[in-house]
Amino acid sequence: MLCPMSDTHLAQVNIGRIVAPLDSPELADFVAQQPEINALADRSPGFVWRLVDDGGKDATGIRPDGNDALLLINCSVWESVEALRNFTYHSDHLRLLGRRREWFRRMGEAHQAMWWIPAGHRPTVAEAMERVRMLREHGPGPQAFTFREPYPAPTGAAQL
Amino acid sequence: MTDEDSTFDVLGLLSDPVRRRLYRHVAAAPEEVGREAAAEAVGVSRSLAAFHLDKLVEAGLLAVSFRRLSGRAGPGAGRPAKLYRRAEGEHAVSLPPRSYDAAGRLLAEVLENAGLDRELQAAARTAGAAQPDARADDVEAVLRDRGYEPFWDGETLRLRNCPFHTLATEFPALICGMNLALIEGLAPEQWSPEMDPCPGGCCVALSKKKSH
Repeated sequence: MLCPMSDTHLAQVNIGRIVAPLDSPELADFVAQQPEINALADRSPGFVWRLVDDGGKDATGIRPDGNDALLLINCSVWESVEALRNFTYHSDHLRLLGRRREWFRRMGEAHQAMWWIPAGHRPTVAEAMERVRMLREHGPGPQAFTFREPYPAPTGAAQL
Repeated sequence: MTDEDSTFDVLGLLSDPVRRRLYRHVAAAPEEVGREAAAEAVGVSRSLAAFHLDKLVEAGLLAVSFRRLSGRAGPGAGRPAKLYRRAEGEHAVSLPPRSYDAAGRLLAEVLENAGLDRELQAAARTAGAAQPDARADDVEAVLRDRGYEPFWDGETLRLRNCPFHTLATEFPALICGMNLALIEGLAPEQWSPEMDPCPGGCCVALSKKKSH
């Protein structure tokens, strides 16, 4: 099948402030479901890559803000917005989303962002946080957007 | 012609009882339905079923695709069968005009922004349990009456239709969480509703609890 966009992938970040430390009883269910849900992501159609900490299993060991011990980050790469949407909202992952307020505080400002990257690129934590900042400061645009207002993959060589 | 006029035209087509039975059969079927099967289900001739099915397609209530049912291909495989499924899109009419969808969207947005998922889920669970037929043994009928269009997938009861589709698309975590809680309130003790999204349908599926 002709797939002109195959040299462009979608990067995604979301950050969330947990209601209590990861080893607290409040977070026990969330932590317990990490292996299963990450395995589901890894075998989902269109999945490319996800950020992991030094432990190599998930990203729960990473603190994107050194001053905030409760701020977690999720960052991954997908072939398309649809692939990411299917995993996020049309898979077992939805079960966790329904319980998000048991584990995460509501954030008053943007806490997620998507952007297009050249295939093979692996976003860094700093780069991902920068996209969240762009969304907070400028609203949705081709450089940082959300499910609600997705921007198409760039055509030609002008990327990033 | 106003939007309301065209909605009346579309829905008026369903005043014919045979047509309505055909529409309901196709809309509730887990998979696309051929003319033969639809005719048989409704108890009319194949040609009458074909006539009415195509009227429903013309009106945009059903959609069509062509596929060889036998799995054969190439010369001698015969013509591909015409298969019907419910069309995308929603038709609603309210007399006098009411806009509960607009109100629902606003309310959902406020709940989402306020992070009130758990409060909404608690209210939904209570509302489900307070229904007169809550916990009734025939969970399939209870869900059918509410438009979920349940169907059996082995031992699992899946739901072909999401009654909150538009809101669920816009606020999936919030609305699907609410829907799960509502069904938890409705369903009898021995059934466990779980998030198990089916493509194009509802996010919840029910299975019988294993007795220990």
